[in-house]
Amino acid sequence: MEKRVTFRGWWVPALLIAPQVFISAVFFFYPAGQAVWQSLFIPDPFGLSSQYVGLGNFEYLLGDKFYRASFVTTAMFSILVTLCSMIPALFLAVIADRLIKGSGVYRTMLIWPYAVAPAIAGVLWLFMFNTRVGVVSWYLGNLGYDWNHVLNGGEAMGLVVVASSWGRISYNFLFFFAALQAVPRSVIEAAAIDGARFWKRFWTIVLPLLSPTTFFLLVVNVVYSFFETFGVIHTITSGGPQQSTTVLVYKVFADGFVGQDLGSSSAQSVILLFVVGLLTIVQFKFVEKRVHY
Amino acid sequence: MAREIHGMVEKRGAGLWLTHVFMILGVLIIFFPIWLAFVASTVTQPEIVKPPMPLWPGDQLWENYSKALFSGVNVPVATMLFNSLVMAIGIAVGKIVISLLSAFAIVYFRFPGRNIFFWMIFLTLMLPVEVRIVPTYEVVAGFGMLNSYGGLIFPLIASATATFLFRQFFLTIPDELAEAARVDGASPMRFFWDIVVPMSRTNIAALFVILFIYGWNQYLWPLLITTDPEMNTIVMGIKQMFPSGDDVADWPVIMATSILAMIPPVIVVVSMQRLFIRGLVDSEK
Repeated sequence: MEKRVTFRGWWVPALLIAPQVFISAVFFFYPAGQAVWQSLFIPDPFGLSSQYVGLGNFEYLLGDKFYRASFVTTAMFSILVTLCSMIPALFLAVIADRLIKGSGVYRTMLIWPYAVAPAIAGVLWLFMFNTRVGVVSWYLGNLGYDWNHVLNGGEAMGLVVVASSWGRISYNFLFFFAALQAVPRSVIEAAAIDGARFWKRFWTIVLPLLSPTTFFLLVVNVVYSFFETFGVIHTITSGGPQQSTTVLVYKVFADGFVGQDLGSSSAQSVILLFVVGLLTIVQFKFVEKRVHY
Repeated sequence: MAREIHGMVEKRGAGLWLTHVFMILGVLIIFFPIWLAFVASTVTQPEIVKPPMPLWPGDQLWENYSKALFSGVNVPVATMLFNSLVMAIGIAVGKIVISLLSAFAIVYFRFPGRNIFFWMIFLTLMLPVEVRIVPTYEVVAGFGMLNSYGGLIFPLIASATATFLFRQFFLTIPDELAEAARVDGASPMRFFWDIVVPMSRTNIAALFVILFIYGWNQYLWPLLITTDPEMNTIVMGIKQMFPSGDDVADWPVIMATSILAMIPPVIVVVSMQRLFIRGLVDSEK
């Protein structure tokens, strides 16, 4: 789409775009280029010189069992976070949608967790499940279950998944609720006259009509679980125990800043870049499809 | 007739109550972690370290919050709150200003390199800061911007989401307005200030809400570049309040800090709910 009416001149627009060009160049394109460039080198331990290794860093990564394990961890983590944040949200939205009055009040209450930073959510959940003082772990202990996410990798994963999904429920709820409100009442009522009961209506009419929203949320939640959950993992488990919660973004951080292995960290960044690119393409394909829906 | 059908779709009577019960149960479960944090911020340390901790607030609210705000663990929480506020507002305002200007340029001008610029900003949409942290850190360190507000703010406004939003919106402004401005001999900037900016008010406000939350909740970036506790933001500073090793954390103060860290974004989201939802929908679609 283009404007029919435009202004003349080139130095005014040049000045107007200058701040964005400058900021993007300095803080985006140069660092992104550097990431690609550094991924081709191995710096010596003193950081004085570096040796060109071509795709060596990538070959090393793909052969590294810790890196491959991190891929599997990330995949599992994002699938779990997506499911744990979307299903309760859909459930709550369906219930809220059945209310004629009062749904606004519930919506206000449910928005809260979205405003809580992932890192803060991590602290809250860590507090509840803390092995020494946690309320939930104490009650679990009374029931005869010995909770210890510091030693047990599965429990650590469960905890970071729940803590990451928690705030996302609000977000997904808002989108599902808006989509449900947009479902034409006449369609639902027609089905009701034909004798379709609530669950029948839900599966055959409502859910298919929600599919654009559902697909959109799937992609957005996967992206979220890839990149924005760093705070949760860093506050609760720091990637442990035995790397069982080390997702890809956490590994970029751990190898680059803690391990000081710049070549490997940059190569990981480049791989992540491809993953994001792929997800973006999926998202845009979906946007196109939705237009024709 | 219509009323009868209504009754078939929306819940009435016992069913209605059950729906409310489900809803309240859901809200309670979702709220529980926040409630527990609040309770922990109002009791004494011994009450927490001897589980189970109470589930009803105690009388230490003032003591814990003033201890957190004015002395904290490494640095007073009031300082971290101020840093977070500067960072969040800086990111929101900075991004809105540069995006308004460049969106105006690409919509209302034909200039050489316009398409290249358009694709350039399109690329920045794809790459979150988490992916390029090491080199971005080096750039910021090279400028001597570690432990500075500039270092906290600039790298996070280098993405074009807002530019796209404003572009979409500007394209819906009727051409007649620009035509009239041109006929009257108004300069492009005059048109920008008097017509375009006022018309974008709602979009600007909605975007401000989203960007404020985005900036406030940043974790990884402040963690890397603020090594001086005086520059810590509250969201990343909480983790620094946990002792290393086997010492017991000062839970009441830490929990008071978590509550303080969530108050500003919660106020923004709840009080500007309409704008917030609009901003969410706009910025994601």
